[in-house]
Amino acid sequence: MYNGLKIIIGLLIFVAFVTFPFYSKMGKATTKPDPKIDTPVIQELAEKKCVEPKDFMKTEHMKMLNDWRDLVVREGNLIYVASDGGKYIMSLQNTCMNCHSNKKKFCDECHNYSAVVPYCWDCHIQPKENKT
Amino acid sequence: MLETALKGSRKYWGLIFFLLAIIGVGFIFYLQQFFYGLGITGMSRDVSWGVYIGQFTFLVGVAAAAVMVVLPYYLHNYKKYGRISVLAEFLAIPSVIMCMLFIFVDMGQPLRVLNVILHPTPNSVMFFDMLVLSGYLLLNVLLGWTILGAERKGMPPPTWIKPFIYIAIAWAPSIHIVTAFLYAGLPGRHLWLSAIMAARFLASAFAAGPALIIILCLIVRKYTKFDPGREAIQALGKTITYTMILNVMFLGFEVFTAFYSTIPGHMHPFDYLYVGLDGYTKLVPMMWLSSILAISALVLLLNPNWRKNETTLAVASVAVFFSLWIDKGFGLIVGGFVPNMFERVFEYWPTIPEALITLGVWAVGFLILTILYKIATTVKEEVVYDKYGEKQIKI
Amino acid sequence: MSINRRQFIKIAGISTIMGLGGTSAVDLLQRNWLEAAQYSPDPKALTAKRWAMVVDVSKLKTEDDYKNIMDACHRVHNVPELGNPKDEIKWIWKETYEHAFPGQEHEYLTEGIKHKPFLMLCNHCDNPPCVRVCPTKATFKRKDGIVMMDMHRCIGCRFCMAGCPFGARSFNWKDPRPFIKEENKEFPTRMKGVVEKCTFCYERLAKGLIPACVEASQEAAKKAGTKPGLVFGDLSDPNSEVRRILSSHFSIRRKSELGTQPSVYYIIGGNDHA
Repeated sequence: MYNGLKIIIGLLIFVAFVTFPFYSKMGKATTKPDPKIDTPVIQELAEKKCVEPKDFMKTEHMKMLNDWRDLVVREGNLIYVASDGGKYIMSLQNTCMNCHSNKKKFCDECHNYSAVVPYCWDCHIQPKENKT
Repeated sequence: MLETALKGSRKYWGLIFFLLAIIGVGFIFYLQQFFYGLGITGMSRDVSWGVYIGQFTFLVGVAAAAVMVVLPYYLHNYKKYGRISVLAEFLAIPSVIMCMLFIFVDMGQPLRVLNVILHPTPNSVMFFDMLVLSGYLLLNVLLGWTILGAERKGMPPPTWIKPFIYIAIAWAPSIHIVTAFLYAGLPGRHLWLSAIMAARFLASAFAAGPALIIILCLIVRKYTKFDPGREAIQALGKTITYTMILNVMFLGFEVFTAFYSTIPGHMHPFDYLYVGLDGYTKLVPMMWLSSILAISALVLLLNPNWRKNETTLAVASVAVFFSLWIDKGFGLIVGGFVPNMFERVFEYWPTIPEALITLGVWAVGFLILTILYKIATTVKEEVVYDKYGEKQIKI
Repeated sequence: MSINRRQFIKIAGISTIMGLGGTSAVDLLQRNWLEAAQYSPDPKALTAKRWAMVVDVSKLKTEDDYKNIMDACHRVHNVPELGNPKDEIKWIWKETYEHAFPGQEHEYLTEGIKHKPFLMLCNHCDNPPCVRVCPTKATFKRKDGIVMMDMHRCIGCRFCMAGCPFGARSFNWKDPRPFIKEENKEFPTRMKGVVEKCTFCYERLAKGLIPACVEASQEAAKKAGTKPGLVFGDLSDPNSEVRRILSSHFSIRRKSELGTQPSVYYIIGGNDHA
């Protein structure tokens, strides 16, 4: 093999670089995200449910918000009729965050864990939270 | 062929690292702009486009100008351009890339650039401009690479390339016409709302571009063994003479229409650019410099003895290039915004970060140009004889 | 069959591109489940075939009359106060006659008109150049004539600002948040790098409310016992208030010679409208 030593050293550096995220976190405990829904508004609800079932919201909320914004801004709709017939105003800032006023413990909990940085909050005003 | 770019003299590497350093500085300031916003530039609510869009406009012209070499060569079989057609195509590539970079650095939300493709909007000239520019880039990469590759192997270019050559010849003016339409179709911008805009764009492009090719040919001849050929350079000199005359005439037509009709809206931008308006005169010295350069260039070019002398031709080419760079890369854009829609004057001047980002983009262009020209000249040095059996290297 | 390195790299490259292109094409074509879901406008929403506004400057007398209206708009829409003309963002503002209607002024205008401020806002043109030039449909015309902004989609190219003959558009040269005095929690702010302008309060119309500026003008007029300076309504309805005023008063529009057909009309003076 020509330049065998150089190639092997190069490969070693490459492998070390690629596996960096794994060994840098090895042995360190990572806490599983645990989003909270214990806000005053939710506590007062007779039936604690979101606009759609929890599992659906967990996996599809980003698509839903994406569609909502087009439906409201581009197509002039305002009311969302959920699968159970409930009617909601389509608004991240006024509907979603009214209940989920604990953005840090609700949104950020998972978003930080999965290193997702949605730019919603560059424009939409997040609820005031007591810094704890 | 790429490997030829990796072997070079100390001077070659010096140039590469110098350009990389400028790119680095530009990039650092771009990061500042990225995080702070376009507020670090001199642009404002009233002059909402500035030097970035000006450079873009100017460089579309330089890119389109390759056709001034390719057309006589392929359509009229003008053999003297056989040696430099690749140089012209290889100038178009970095020019288009710089155009794209200037659009990119001008965007307020650069991460959303793909929205232009995700939500195609045929009624927007900007959308068309993106299409024609990308197409032109691909065409020139294809043509330059294939033709140079064939030359290296000592073979004629493959026949399948012919249709692409003809498409590229028709495509080149289209990129600049579409760019002119960005401006010429806007109601209320009196300086731009003119049918001669596209013609003026083409004339200035076909002067500035070949002027740059002349300068590059002279540099290449000085620093490599490859000789682009005296006749080719002289022929380009004639091209820029005619196109520069046309360009100055077209500007004159605009001035005549504005000042003989005496419609205030049409006169104001010219007033602002050349004498100042309401006491605002920031652009006046630059515009007069542009005019003086244009006239001196014409004096040098129109006299056949001076045009035939390569030193004076070089001086004239530099003058043409800088005259048009000021006129189109700066005055034309800013002049469209002054006075503003309320007949008020707000002035624009680029800031230091803005100037350094601009310089950084130019350095990217020159880096690509240097590498492509290194490849082209190395191949030509190895081949020794051009397609027509004439020696293309200096003894 | 053996392949050399060059061929291998070519095949690998092409298949990567096809693979990436293929998946994103599938993503794009995939119909979202929400297509099937139900949604509708609010039944309370105010609707029209063609929204329009009449600005009767004879009804706007004091500095406060203007300030009241401008503040109402800028407050509900979180419009920042940047404090310099370079970065300035404005949705509704004042201009004098010669600047609002350039080319219409002459030396011998009455003093009243010469120094009279006119309220400027987006004209919501029938034939808007900004919509024509936008490369992403971030600004678009709604069926009811409102020229809308989709801030989610704007790429900040500012072609619309070059295209608008009325200077109605502002660009966020930097993050506007620190410059908003009092945030309206019910309306978003903007981020750096997008263009914004008046939207005829689409968000209020959707809930059955008239635009904030018109409301402010009406409230002030009610208090003072006069007629409001701003009137909003449906231009396609012959019985609407805007139509009644336009049919009984001389009115002008900004730069009508450009053919954009503004839907903001100005009345300079005259008797009280009904």
